[in-house]
Amino acid sequence: MTTAAPARPGAGSAPRTPARATARSRRGDTARGTALTVLTWAIGLVFVSPVLWLVLTAFKQEADAATSPPTLLFQPTLDRFQAVLDAGFLPYLGNSVIATLVSTALVLVLGVPAAYALSIRPVKRTQDALFFFISTKMLPVVAVVVPLYVAAAEIAMLDNVWTLVVLYTAMNLPIAVWMLRSFFLEVPKGVIEAAQMEGANLVRVLWSVMLPIMAPGVAATALICMIFSWNEFFFAVNLTAAQAATVPVFMVGFITSEGLFLAQLSAAATLASLPIVIVGWIAQRQLVRGLSMGAVK
Amino acid sequence: MTAAAPAARRRSPAAVERAEGWSRRAPLLPALAFMLVVTQLPFLFTVFYSVQSWNLLRPDSRSFVGLANYAAVFTDTQFLTAALNTILITASCVLVAMLLGIALAMLLDRRFLGRGVVRTLLITPFLVLPVATALLWKNIMFDPVFGLIGFLLTPFGLGDLDWVSQYPVVSVVTALVWQWTPFMMLLVLAGLQSQGRDVIEAGQVDGAGRWQMFVAITLPHLRRYIELGVLLGSIYVVNTFDTIYMMTQGGPGTASANLPFYIYQRTFLGFDIGQSAAMGVVVVVGTIIVATLALRLIFRTFMSAQEGNS
Repeated sequence: MTTAAPARPGAGSAPRTPARATARSRRGDTARGTALTVLTWAIGLVFVSPVLWLVLTAFKQEADAATSPPTLLFQPTLDRFQAVLDAGFLPYLGNSVIATLVSTALVLVLGVPAAYALSIRPVKRTQDALFFFISTKMLPVVAVVVPLYVAAAEIAMLDNVWTLVVLYTAMNLPIAVWMLRSFFLEVPKGVIEAAQMEGANLVRVLWSVMLPIMAPGVAATALICMIFSWNEFFFAVNLTAAQAATVPVFMVGFITSEGLFLAQLSAAATLASLPIVIVGWIAQRQLVRGLSMGAVK
Repeated sequence: MTAAAPAARRRSPAAVERAEGWSRRAPLLPALAFMLVVTQLPFLFTVFYSVQSWNLLRPDSRSFVGLANYAAVFTDTQFLTAALNTILITASCVLVAMLLGIALAMLLDRRFLGRGVVRTLLITPFLVLPVATALLWKNIMFDPVFGLIGFLLTPFGLGDLDWVSQYPVVSVVTALVWQWTPFMMLLVLAGLQSQGRDVIEAGQVDGAGRWQMFVAITLPHLRRYIELGVLLGSIYVVNTFDTIYMMTQGGPGTASANLPFYIYQRTFLGFDIGQSAAMGVVVVVGTIIVATLALRLIFRTFMSAQEGNS
């Protein structure tokens, strides 16, 4: 800017005017910035208010929960949480934890090598394989649930948490391969070649060379898999009963509660969501990063 | 590579290439085999069941009926209603969630006090159990007697409107939009944060207005992120089952049933295996037609962009 200025006629007074304009716009920017900050906070609070209200209701007695107009001041109690636990919540929780953690681990065991294979020296087949993985996500689950139900009944795997593990692995594998591949593409080619030159085999290359570099990406992928497994309802409600039912199935019991057990419903919903909400909060940075790399690579 | 060359020279180059190709492909095979067995094999059975008359309530009645089930699907007006509902729910949810997501991401894409806290608040609806989300909206927000929405709308004379039974599709879409907006916001935010500051500053120096800059610079940059959000969002929202099951049970009547819920009813409440299998096949064929067009298009953008990058 400054070097170009003398070339223009009448440039002598020019630098001062933009400077003053910048100062004015900066003051305007601060006011504008404060307004935007307040607006963003307000929108954030309104957007999350149903969750806040849900958690608040969970600490109420039933009499305080079902009032018109809604009650804001009340004597908080943990009774409703206790009632949820007494209603046999923990076995559902255990099934959810098994189905979520084991299926996520399986997704990584199958998905990391596959994504690696799809990221090194991409050939024409790569695109076909990727296309196949993503296209299986296009297959509506309703189209396969009938044979799965019949098959599970045939081999006595109905109401078995391992059936859910297998299905959740298949449900999340395509998206995991898609995301993981984009992280592998980030690893410099030289690093892999150097490791291979030293005679490292596939497992060693993956485990001690690639994974440390890709840790944030693997974390983001695992998180996405955990969210979708924990929240899955269709297979859980149709293929399980008393033994293997997961947390979402526990919530079905509240379907007909016409304002009678609002506080207990809220306590159950809070407990059922809490594990994944906490994991998601902790890992949100990785999530943003992971999703963005999946988008551009 | 040079160390391996003398040993390799003994075999024909084609054989080496083939062996190398297989060792490169080997890590892919377990995942590929797993997906084939768990997703493609059951679908073949679905096709097989769809040409049979088979009701679990009448176990002895199983017989080959050809395309009769398909003829029944195409003359079933409830199936048509469910198909239209699926399109309506998916399109409106993805569209509204994406617009809201872009707006929220723009608000978050600047430094301000408590930015991390607000982002944490905004992503929470995506993390809450969808089944709980559905109950939350049905019983705590939309309830005609105790609901918060009714309480807030009382001054406007809409206090005792029974949203879920009078506007079931609107209610379902509201809960879904609330759930999916954070997902779209995260994707768009990731896109915004990958945008170079210098481009924006250059635009500011050129004196471009905020809206002009958004349309001319930011939106084209976000295109791939928006496409990915629409693609992933559609895949998941098309298969929505939990929200409808918990909020409306497809009702009143079949007013808010989408295809997953309607086929579920025919399978697990009607036990009509043949009929619901035929519906499944029709849905898959329909999805493939729509998806292939969309996916090919998006893949082409991705792959060409990738080649451009490297």
